[in-house]
Amino acid sequence: MDIVVLLKQVPSTESLVEISEDGTSVKTDDVKWVINPYDEFAVEEALRVKAAHNGSGSITILSVGREKAVEAIRAALAMGADRGILINDPEATHCDGLGFARILAAAIKSMPFDLIIAGQRAVDGDNFLVGSAVAEFLDIPAVNMVIKEEVADGKIKCHRTVEGGIVVIEASLPALITTQRGLNEPRYASLPGIMKAKKKPLEIKTLKDIGLDASAVGTPMTKIISLKYPPERKRAEIIEGETAADKAKALVKILHETARVV
Amino acid sequence: MSKGVLALAEQVDGQFRKITYEAISQGRRIADDLGCGLSVAVLGSDIKKAAESLGSYGADSILVADAPELEEYMTDTYTHTIAGIVNDKNFSVIILGASSRGKDLAARLSARLNAPLAMDCVAVRLDQGKLVATRPMYGGKILSEIIFEKEPRIVAIRPNSVDIAESPRAGTVEDIPVVKGNGELVFVEKKLDTGKLELTEADVVVSGGRGMGGPDFSVIEELADLLDGAVGASRSAVDDGWRPFSDQVGQTGKVVSPNLYIACGISGAIQHVSGITSSKVIVAVNKDPEAPIFAKADYGIVGDVFEVIPLVTEEIKKIKGA
Repeated sequence: MDIVVLLKQVPSTESLVEISEDGTSVKTDDVKWVINPYDEFAVEEALRVKAAHNGSGSITILSVGREKAVEAIRAALAMGADRGILINDPEATHCDGLGFARILAAAIKSMPFDLIIAGQRAVDGDNFLVGSAVAEFLDIPAVNMVIKEEVADGKIKCHRTVEGGIVVIEASLPALITTQRGLNEPRYASLPGIMKAKKKPLEIKTLKDIGLDASAVGTPMTKIISLKYPPERKRAEIIEGETAADKAKALVKILHETARVV
Repeated sequence: MSKGVLALAEQVDGQFRKITYEAISQGRRIADDLGCGLSVAVLGSDIKKAAESLGSYGADSILVADAPELEEYMTDTYTHTIAGIVNDKNFSVIILGASSRGKDLAARLSARLNAPLAMDCVAVRLDQGKLVATRPMYGGKILSEIIFEKEPRIVAIRPNSVDIAESPRAGTVEDIPVVKGNGELVFVEKKLDTGKLELTEADVVVSGGRGMGGPDFSVIEELADLLDGAVGASRSAVDDGWRPFSDQVGQTGKVVSPNLYIACGISGAIQHVSGITSSKVIVAVNKDPEAPIFAKADYGIVGDVFEVIPLVTEEIKKIKGA
């Protein structure tokens, strides 16, 4: 099994995100960068699939990003992936989701693969787009939000989460799946793992290296015209009362008569 | 007449999901603003009868693909069929719900049609002739406004974000051809808990966090039941195995927009709070008066969840009984 994991480096979910002076981008100077949590599930699942196939084949971590994304790829290699590829190109910094997907698909086309695993979304843009778009550009099936999978006989059987439950779908390989929380518990990199990761191959490529002309990436078709913070709440009105029963009664009165939500 | 708006219906076992009415109602408003017609595409098996009812929500025409292979949502057949309609009829806007299935379809359609997509929108408006979509990013820490540089513009709206409005129109039914997939995707089975209300669609969500102290969420379940709401959980409650992953609310779980969100024993970590900010009213119950959740809530009670919540439940029962 040759597996490709699509990985993005994102601000950690504990980070405060601040809007830049230009009003259409966010400040990234003081942000703590991590592997997108959903991509961490993808790395872990790739390791498990490979192990279930007697460790044959290889796991490639593929990312589009700037120089610092190397840290995220190294972290995935420390978990046990075999090699990393970072597409770092100034022309690749301002594309939209479909542009990223075209770059990723172009890079994947030149390598053998049976399975692609990606996060269902990156927790920065929250677009839920890139995985499906990569599959479309490679003309392979995709199953999103997978919470359990099983590879056998050239197929992958996936439990996909939907509202109110799961749907079981079988896709023929090669296929792309995206992860759902609950799929697995990502391992921590061991110290030997971290040492080994430093010697694992990690290539940094440009668009030209993967045979893609900048014009083929396409100009962004969506444009952010403004960013703002969600409406701030004032500090909660604390409901006072002699007893818990008094407080409960006062709260329900407000919810019923003032807020009109019960 | 300018190119029309296409809304996509979502059905499970022949029943339209609530998001269908939200997508059609919003599609009607956009069509009115653009001065064009609204079509609704309905894909399913034995679905024609149900499809006819959608005219009352503003559909000028109802495009029905009715075939056994459309009984279950499958990415390939649905994408092929809808892309076929769009290429044939040349719509300027495609609007659908950002449910699990809707997100899957929206993403694949965007790539297929090379069409710009605004995913998981909480609002859509027309500003000087331009369609502007508002969507949360960073798990709700930021709201972005997006414009589209090309047509068709695909807008996937977050459940519970826009109003449903009846607006009777002709609803002329037209059959459309089914374009099947190539067999690379096969439906095996589905396991749905039909009695369980989906968090993202619930009008009331009652969530528990670390302060629950264990997997006993019965006081929360009882209150949620009484209010026809859903039960949620913080990441730590899920990490500790007290609740299933599907209950998690927050940046790495589900983002919810109920009328009423009640946070029980939840401290208010930023990754949780970002997933609830679009709730209309937030109530927090926590023993710790310094808990950050109180800075992000509308109303708070400092107290023990196991004491306060049953009392709240009793009070609401009194109102409901009255």
